[in-house]
Amino acid sequence: MMKEQFEPAGKPDSGKTSFVKNGFDADFALTNGTGENLWLDQGFTWLVHGFAYGTAFVLFWLSWVIFQQAQPAIAHFGLGFLWGSTWNIGELTFGALPFIYGTLVSSALALFIAVPVGVAVALITSEDFLPPWVRSPIAFVVELIAAIPSVIIGMWGIFVLIPFLLPMQQWLYDRFSWVPLFSTPPSGPSLLVAGIVLSIMIVPTVAAISREVLLVIPKELRSASMSLGATRWETIFRVLLPSGTSGILGASTLALGRALGETMAVTMVIGNSPQLNPSLLELGSTIPSVLATQFAEALDKLHIGALMYLSLILFAITFLVNIAAVLMVRVFGHQQI
Amino acid sequence: MIFSSITLRRAVMASAVAFGVVGGAVYTATSQTAVTLSGAGATFPAPLYQRYFAQFRQKNPNVQVNYQPVGSGAGIRQMIAGTVDFAGSDVAMKDNEVSQVGRGVMFIPTAGGPVAVVYNAPGLNNLKLSRQALPAIFSGKITKWNDAAIAAANPGVSLPNLPIRLAVRADSSGTSFIFSNHLSAIDPYFRGRVTASTTPNWAGNPVRGQGNPGVAQVVKQTRGSIGYVEYSFAKNAALQTAQLQNKTGAYVAPSLEAANQALGAVDFNPDFRVNFSEFGDPAQGYPISGLTWMMVYKQYPQPGKADAVKKLVQWVMTDGQQINDDLSYTRIPAPIANRVIQAVNSGVK
Amino acid sequence: MIDRASPPIPEDSSLEELQSSLPIGRTIFTIGMTVLAFAFTGLALLPLLAILFAILRQGLPNLNWETLTSLPAPVGMEGVANGFANATLGTLIMVGIASLISIPFGLMTGIFLSEFSRDSKVASAIRFITTVLTGIPSVIVGVFAYAVVVLTTGGFSALAGGFALSILMLPVVALTTEEALKLVPISQRLASAALGSNRFQTTFKIVVATALPGITTGILLAVARAAGETAPLIFTALFSDNWPTGLSDPTPSLSVLIYNYANSPFSEQNELAWTASVVLVSLILLISVLSRLVTRRIIKS
Repeated sequence: MMKEQFEPAGKPDSGKTSFVKNGFDADFALTNGTGENLWLDQGFTWLVHGFAYGTAFVLFWLSWVIFQQAQPAIAHFGLGFLWGSTWNIGELTFGALPFIYGTLVSSALALFIAVPVGVAVALITSEDFLPPWVRSPIAFVVELIAAIPSVIIGMWGIFVLIPFLLPMQQWLYDRFSWVPLFSTPPSGPSLLVAGIVLSIMIVPTVAAISREVLLVIPKELRSASMSLGATRWETIFRVLLPSGTSGILGASTLALGRALGETMAVTMVIGNSPQLNPSLLELGSTIPSVLATQFAEALDKLHIGALMYLSLILFAITFLVNIAAVLMVRVFGHQQI
Repeated sequence: MIFSSITLRRAVMASAVAFGVVGGAVYTATSQTAVTLSGAGATFPAPLYQRYFAQFRQKNPNVQVNYQPVGSGAGIRQMIAGTVDFAGSDVAMKDNEVSQVGRGVMFIPTAGGPVAVVYNAPGLNNLKLSRQALPAIFSGKITKWNDAAIAAANPGVSLPNLPIRLAVRADSSGTSFIFSNHLSAIDPYFRGRVTASTTPNWAGNPVRGQGNPGVAQVVKQTRGSIGYVEYSFAKNAALQTAQLQNKTGAYVAPSLEAANQALGAVDFNPDFRVNFSEFGDPAQGYPISGLTWMMVYKQYPQPGKADAVKKLVQWVMTDGQQINDDLSYTRIPAPIANRVIQAVNSGVK
Repeated sequence: MIDRASPPIPEDSSLEELQSSLPIGRTIFTIGMTVLAFAFTGLALLPLLAILFAILRQGLPNLNWETLTSLPAPVGMEGVANGFANATLGTLIMVGIASLISIPFGLMTGIFLSEFSRDSKVASAIRFITTVLTGIPSVIVGVFAYAVVVLTTGGFSALAGGFALSILMLPVVALTTEEALKLVPISQRLASAALGSNRFQTTFKIVVATALPGITTGILLAVARAAGETAPLIFTALFSDNWPTGLSDPTPSLSVLIYNYANSPFSEQNELAWTASVVLVSLILLISVLSRLVTRRIIKS
């Protein structure tokens, strides 16, 4: 053991000096405050600090640049931008409401689907429903979805999912057109499809974090519940899920953050129409999707400013959501300790 | 412990090799070409331009031209921002936009073409749209495929009982301008409600596509949709196109000949722009036809670029024009083309 | 659960209840929930299988040497080789640039968080900021890179694209490096210091060397994430139908090619988008699996 520990310290240096000599030097340097190694050490410390501050600086730089670029629109529209509902490039009247609405509704829809599914996957892969050699491949495969680029999921959405879901959307419209949620005839792309695509993309986040949360719940809790006569599902609902609540909430919040900012897949299936309509079968638009489609060609200062203002709003929303998620996961961490 | 130092060495080796390979590839790629011209803009002539630049490069291996079809609006913006060497647009820049470009702008008309009205309605072929029906559809007055105004021009055709879904451009577009310019010219209600613009104020809740390809794709995928794209997109994507009623009252399908008839009367200004207000409703031929321009700077600070631009323009206005026919774009008349070449040769520095 | 052999059971109704099977309601609940959980898990697996199936079915037929090595051909031109080699190269170049920027910053930030003032206020602030940075939507990073690089250098470029990707990679590299470094036992640092190493030597020759597999995993994950990003590239690197000509020129990438071609009405371009997806997904899955293997080796060793 001793020998093994020594080896790496001595080995890289062996070409230059013996490690005993090296040790002497360092000691000498430390006591005297001079010498080449101290210089190296101080330089290294400065370097590490510099890079670390640089990383932190990126966030401030980014917020500053976007805030700066949004100035023309902030000055022109003020807070009224948030509830303005017209987006007319020709007349230069811009309002953010349709995009905020589309972003929130599609993400909420995605959470509504992804949380039950993700928690179910977490339960199946953490409880002993299945032998371990089946469980971890399932967990791995679900996580793989997160690795597929969103542009490919979007393409799959255009060519496979939209044609597949159109009959279902038509059915919803035919049967339930009296419900405001399904009150417009479907044409393929819609808020509903965007929500479904988003849910596919965030299930891995919910599942992976919830699984970790469930796995660290002490075995004793489960055994105690079982020995009191509770069935497996009663244990899950009355013991496991309640004790994992903050972790699962954190997972869902993190997933929400991801859904809010997702761009390509949504842009490709939502139809990109900035209109306010209660129907989920109607086309919609989200903040990321309008940025993706209009940013490259915005010509007027006010149009660019309005898009930057939208970025700022999205940035603020995801910022708050992510902070909430970090805090929730942190609270959960303290509970466990 | 030993394992990690081996891994470290391997990792360093692997990344060195990887960067070497990538660096080498970049080096060989860059050493092949002397000058690169990068352009962006209109999607209307994109298939034509891609063909132009591929063939131009075979003739001039030391000039490489990149063109990104991002939309006319984007092209103009990049031209003003100076992020490109040239731009493409189906609406030549306006005077107040030109004045924002310190290096000066020259306009080069390269081609013209019909804007086809494409649709996706199950079981409906050979649709005819009258001068009343078309603007009414795009200003939201007609919302069903089996509307009486559509049926009037299509006797004996069984029209589906489907809602009409407009398919329009998500980006700021010269094709949108050509299309809405015609509809504004023939229908006062459309002119007041939607207006002729690169970003018209469409009625209803249209589905939006990015660029001409995007609209064609959206129409292909969306049942009950109707949109407008440059003819070569409709043709290559095998979309249904509608016959439109022109000023004489005849129904005309989009075609090269019909567009040539319509564009024959166009007068070019001395700077090769045209006056669009005279151009919204041609006396004969296919009623919705437009022109597209390449816009180049008058000054290029980088060495070799001005010469490359001159060479490119010369080629596009002579040999390049031969390709226009193949892809169903109209040619620029030879006298105009010669004047363009002379102007560019003396004007670009 | 109950030992039936135990001595005389009194005739007690409550015990009888214990011995009997579950009431029907609870049985139904158990079976129902189990079925539901399995159904949901199936539902979660379905999209992945469907996506992979679609990619392979529509992408594989065109995957050959020609598509891998040629440039995109103009639409409607027959008898010309059609492919996306330039996009593959462009993706590698931009991910390379992003790695060159983000790995030093990420590594150093990770070292700072783990080795220097681990629990100080500054460290927790930087850790927090880095965590927040992971959650910034990639499209906003693209907008930022456009304002910072494209507008100042006056053109779309591989550098701008690489810069945008590096901001997405940075927090991933930093946080995984920190985690990996934290796993190295304190005793090793003490042993190294006792032998006279200074901080630089201890950090690089002992701590980083030991944690290298963990750090590699983090870098690979970041690379996999960057390789698939589209939104930050649309208005920074743009695209090009030719070979990348230099780091300050518009540069093609696989993800933007897929976006453009998926939104194309031409079936030949749609097919090429599927084929490019096969290449991109294989690239990313390969990196992900590689990182898994590296992780597994740490656990084993």
